[in-house]
Amino acid sequence: MQKENREGVKGWLNPTRYGLSRFAYWLQRLTGVGLLAYFIAHIIETSSLAEGKFAWEAMLDLTQTPGGHIILIIVIGMSAFHAANGVRLYITEGGRGVGRPGRPDYPYRPTSLGPRMRACIWVTVALAALAMIYGANVLFGE
Amino acid sequence: MKTIKLRVFRHIPGKDSARYDIFEVPVERWTTVLDALLYAKAYLDHSIAIRYSCRMASCGSCGMMINGIPKLACYTKIDELNTDTITCEPMSNFPIIRDLATDFTAFFQHHKDMKPYIVNDVDRGIDAETREFLQNPKQLDEFMQFSYCIKCGLCYAACPTVATDKKFPGPQALAQMYRYFADNRDQAADERLKIVDDRHGIGRCHFAGSCSKVCPKGVDPALGIQLLRGYMMGFSKKEKSNAKLYKPEK
Amino acid sequence: MRESHIMNIHYLTGLAAIVLVGIHIMFRLIMPFAQSLEYENIIANYQNLPYAIVLELILLTVAIHGFNGLRIILIEWRQGEHWEKGVTWTCVAAAIAIIAYGSRTIIMANMAGAA
Repeated sequence: MQKENREGVKGWLNPTRYGLSRFAYWLQRLTGVGLLAYFIAHIIETSSLAEGKFAWEAMLDLTQTPGGHIILIIVIGMSAFHAANGVRLYITEGGRGVGRPGRPDYPYRPTSLGPRMRACIWVTVALAALAMIYGANVLFGE
Repeated sequence: MKTIKLRVFRHIPGKDSARYDIFEVPVERWTTVLDALLYAKAYLDHSIAIRYSCRMASCGSCGMMINGIPKLACYTKIDELNTDTITCEPMSNFPIIRDLATDFTAFFQHHKDMKPYIVNDVDRGIDAETREFLQNPKQLDEFMQFSYCIKCGLCYAACPTVATDKKFPGPQALAQMYRYFADNRDQAADERLKIVDDRHGIGRCHFAGSCSKVCPKGVDPALGIQLLRGYMMGFSKKEKSNAKLYKPEK
Repeated sequence: MRESHIMNIHYLTGLAAIVLVGIHIMFRLIMPFAQSLEYENIIANYQNLPYAIVLELILLTVAIHGFNGLRIILIEWRQGEHWEKGVTWTCVAAAIAIIAYGSRTIIMANMAGAA
């Protein structure tokens, strides 16, 4: 990478510099990897069902703890963001809701990154936050 | 007169190690980064390697990282950066030739791979009387925006996929692919979709939007790429090319 | 397989996963959460054939979507014929392994309920 002067993975990991869309890209990638890791762990965790009641309850003792609940709340937030942002990307990457080409004029504001797009991204973040609050209420409220 | 610190990246690959030279440059309200660099080159260190030409955001030569963001040096006023220390580095994702000058070979090759010309081979009985293809303003507006690209490379420097994927054509090439795809004079729509339908093609764009954010000409390459992807995925349908050649009546 | 077909599969599995995982989460909220995790209640869920089918579909959609996403990240990170082939086949194998292991749990839990 040095000879080609490419930013490398550092370029992926820095969500600043380029506005909200770049932040959404960074978060979509991060939550995707996080959810895949959780998915694998969840399949392994639930496999204890096949070993009988005692194995299942031993697994519950491990996961139904304050630490386990916090991890689950983070997973809820990641799922909500990844899902909502995923729907936004499904729509926009198909060329819908990104505007139409026109005659650009100063200050050259790109139509694909307009206020509606930014609002959609904020809605996905808000949905994730709401889901996390609801999850915390269910998990810690009992 | 105000003075700012200009941190300039200095490096000759294979000859010395990278370093930053700091120059104290006097600036006015209207001074651009290019003006500051040329002052440093004229009066402080003649050996600074820098590319520039038109000085008015028309040629795309002076692209560089200014305080970590790809910008045209001629189009960026010192005032708008709101800092007294300006760091100038060569554009990311381009091999360095020397100091701030970068190699555009791969960038131009990706562009060439997109067949950046009208493909229209059908024999239309062209003779001395035949004039241009007819194209109404509505058809022109479909692609005109993307033809404003000056190939400055800022979008290529900003793109997170280009940061790691050597085979990805980059936002400029893909936007130009859409420019020709959307042109009603072009007849190679299916072929163009086949070119971008590749493991390292249009699918590797994830709409981070950084390209459109940094484009100095309002080309909005992200828009072109998503519109092209819509056609490739079958969400939009393109009419067959129907451009007619104009022949004046005798 | 053309990349556009893989992308279509990625989009469709993603959308399907949203609906299916939504149903999965609903099942945990039809009674107090801690109670819904009791062994007998979970086994009763697995005995419910439509729900077991939903779980199997979640396995399929999330595994395909997730491992394809990982494949995309890895081939963007590094390129080369051997690397890309290796990553593709490893992700396919990992997805099949997870689907097999999860299906084993569903089948055994379903049979435990029947027993």
